[in-house]
Amino acid sequence: MKRDRVLLAHGGGGSLTRELIETVFLPQLENSLLKPLDDSAVLVMGNSGYAFTTDSYVVTPYMFPGGDIGKLAVCGTINDLAVMGAQPFWLSLSLILEEGLPLADLQTIIDSVRAAAAEVGAQVVTGDTKVVERGKCEGVYINTAGLGKIAVPYWLGSANVKPGDAVIINGPIGEHGVAVMSRREGVAFQTSVTSDCAPLWPLVKTILDTGARIRAMRDPTRGGVAAAVCDIARASNVGIRLFEEAIPIGGEVRGACDLLGLDPLTIANEGKVLVFCSAKDAERVLAAMKDHPAGRPARIIGEVSAKPEGMALMRTTIGGERIIDMPTGEDLPRIC
Amino acid sequence: MCLAVPARIVELHDCTATISVDGILRDVDVSLIEEPRLGDYVLVHAGFAIHRWDQSEVEELQAIRAATDLRETIT
Amino acid sequence: MKTLVTNIEEQARQVGRDLRFMEVCGTHTMAAFRSGLRQLLPDSVRLISGPGCPVCVTDPSYLDAAIELCRRPGVIVATFGDLVRVPGTDSSLERERASGASVRIVYSASDALVLARECPSKHVVFLGVGFETTAPTVAWAIWRAARDGLRNFSVLCAHKTMPRAMDMLARDPAMRIDGFICPGHVSVITGTQIYRFICERYWIPCVVSGFEAWDILKSVGMLLRQIAEGRAEVENEYSRSVSEYGNRAALELMNEVFEPCDDVWRGIGTIPGSGLGIREKYERFNAAKVLEVKFTEAHVNPLCRCGSVLRGISTPLDCRLFGHPCSPAHPIGPCMVSSEGACAAYYKYERVVA
Repeated sequence: MKRDRVLLAHGGGGSLTRELIETVFLPQLENSLLKPLDDSAVLVMGNSGYAFTTDSYVVTPYMFPGGDIGKLAVCGTINDLAVMGAQPFWLSLSLILEEGLPLADLQTIIDSVRAAAAEVGAQVVTGDTKVVERGKCEGVYINTAGLGKIAVPYWLGSANVKPGDAVIINGPIGEHGVAVMSRREGVAFQTSVTSDCAPLWPLVKTILDTGARIRAMRDPTRGGVAAAVCDIARASNVGIRLFEEAIPIGGEVRGACDLLGLDPLTIANEGKVLVFCSAKDAERVLAAMKDHPAGRPARIIGEVSAKPEGMALMRTTIGGERIIDMPTGEDLPRIC
Repeated sequence: MCLAVPARIVELHDCTATISVDGILRDVDVSLIEEPRLGDYVLVHAGFAIHRWDQSEVEELQAIRAATDLRETIT
Repeated sequence: MKTLVTNIEEQARQVGRDLRFMEVCGTHTMAAFRSGLRQLLPDSVRLISGPGCPVCVTDPSYLDAAIELCRRPGVIVATFGDLVRVPGTDSSLERERASGASVRIVYSASDALVLARECPSKHVVFLGVGFETTAPTVAWAIWRAARDGLRNFSVLCAHKTMPRAMDMLARDPAMRIDGFICPGHVSVITGTQIYRFICERYWIPCVVSGFEAWDILKSVGMLLRQIAEGRAEVENEYSRSVSEYGNRAALELMNEVFEPCDDVWRGIGTIPGSGLGIREKYERFNAAKVLEVKFTEAHVNPLCRCGSVLRGISTPLDCRLFGHPCSPAHPIGPCMVSSEGACAAYYKYERVVA
């Protein structure tokens, strides 16, 4: 069956997204800066390294427990810079508004933008606004770009991870996805789970300040932890093994996944970071994370090995082993 | 597709009930089980309760999960 | 857990020959793979997947019919999410949705009823796929639609029942099934007594199993013990949810709305009495009649081995298409696209285990 149209799954952050990138975008646009396909591009200007990123936000509904699309947009972009070791400084904010959007909602969203940027000392320095007819978008779509300065004298990147490295996460998974889903029409469940949407730079700075050599960091957004570890395993050509019993997950998130038949590993997070560092630095990094308010539940959740190359595995609670597969992407549309 | 989850009835309506799965609340139809009561544990499949558990059966499941599912729940 | 595994090893040694245990429930397939328990079993004990995935055994002509329906203006096709990506002859519901057709994913047959009430100018067709666990919920929807005099709701029915399929598998000497792990949630509805005939007729032990890794391992142990002791009985490992006679209200509702009929199982062929058809009394909720649906012969990739995978004759690894090009992102057959298909399980969880 020939695929000749864009499907929802192409936006899911999983294997279909990657396929779209590889078959449609890279052939036309490839260059050495784009090629790593990391969360941000790394640029060298003069003597300094910078990270540059862009993201679009189409989350529906645009207000959800724990935040709104404005907060999401700024945090998402800040986090894409932070995981490359870059302090976020400058943001662009481009809005596509639906005719009929209540101005009060727009105000709330802009307040959220301001607050999130201020939390890390970043500024919105350029912007744009377009309005489309009623029905042509769902309230608000936001595109942001961000520029940050790399704060360490080495490069982080998904191709840097080495056998023996530890995998650390700062807290429980799946909260953003479940919070957004609970407000979707037709899904109909109630929960007190709120999105974990938060800017990660302060926590990342603490991690970088330990002096430990961080190989890579990744914020597991669309596609969740599963997509993130699959990507990194592939980029670094290593095996990543996660320990099921070590992965922190809240009771309600687990309940929602049980109810809807979803794998928590594939659900979006917006305030979590996966940290890959050498084994000898792991305890030090973990301690620093736990000391920080955004990292108290931090855990070592896995380890990197030479084999199986390019794959992520899960050691299950009963001691068996299974592959963590790259999610295809259609389970949860419009989650970010 | 035979996915079914254990859930607790926290509210009763006429032929539906609000159930809680680890704190997630959802409405399900209870027409297929006899005399549902508040606090009962039921097995939910495709939006319907298909079986009502008694206390010992619930405890059996909890014991199995405790023995094998070592994930810490963070609340 | 360790004791369970040690017992299994001990018993397998006692029995002293290779054994094939078949599970016939997609959720069991997934639980076994996801938990990694397959690696804990001794080499002489093999767990095979049978036709337990209702999506996988749905004939492709049904998908083609659903696709034709969703292209009709004025029709909304409401379906469980599992069916959306399954390829028919040249399209899928997902692809149709991308082209603008009205396809809505629902979690429950009752959601489809709500949809019909909310959209009185459209006809809502619910795709009724699933075994005895799901069939009562769809029966309820039809019964309720009848009671409320709903005029814009119908079900395209492809529900199937397990016993006749298990009979066919048990009867086939080429299958060499030494024991059945019986579906847990089907049994909640039907009760355990429906499997008795397998023990009596074919001397194959049956254990009804729950879905925790513990349950499945315990069930394997129970099968081994039966074999070691020369017994063939129906045992109930899932006694916390399953009784001997099942859920009477559900069975009565099913019987009120449905009647047994012959049905085609993908890759297997027609199994007499294995399907559920909507009774004449509820004919006006039978989408095939009301909407004059034509079922035409579907074209299936001749290299696709879903059929023999479903019968437990081949494993997904035996299929030339497995992995290249058939994968969850580009499924060719239903066993790969279904969230509970054997091919998907192998691909996602076991294609390389170091």
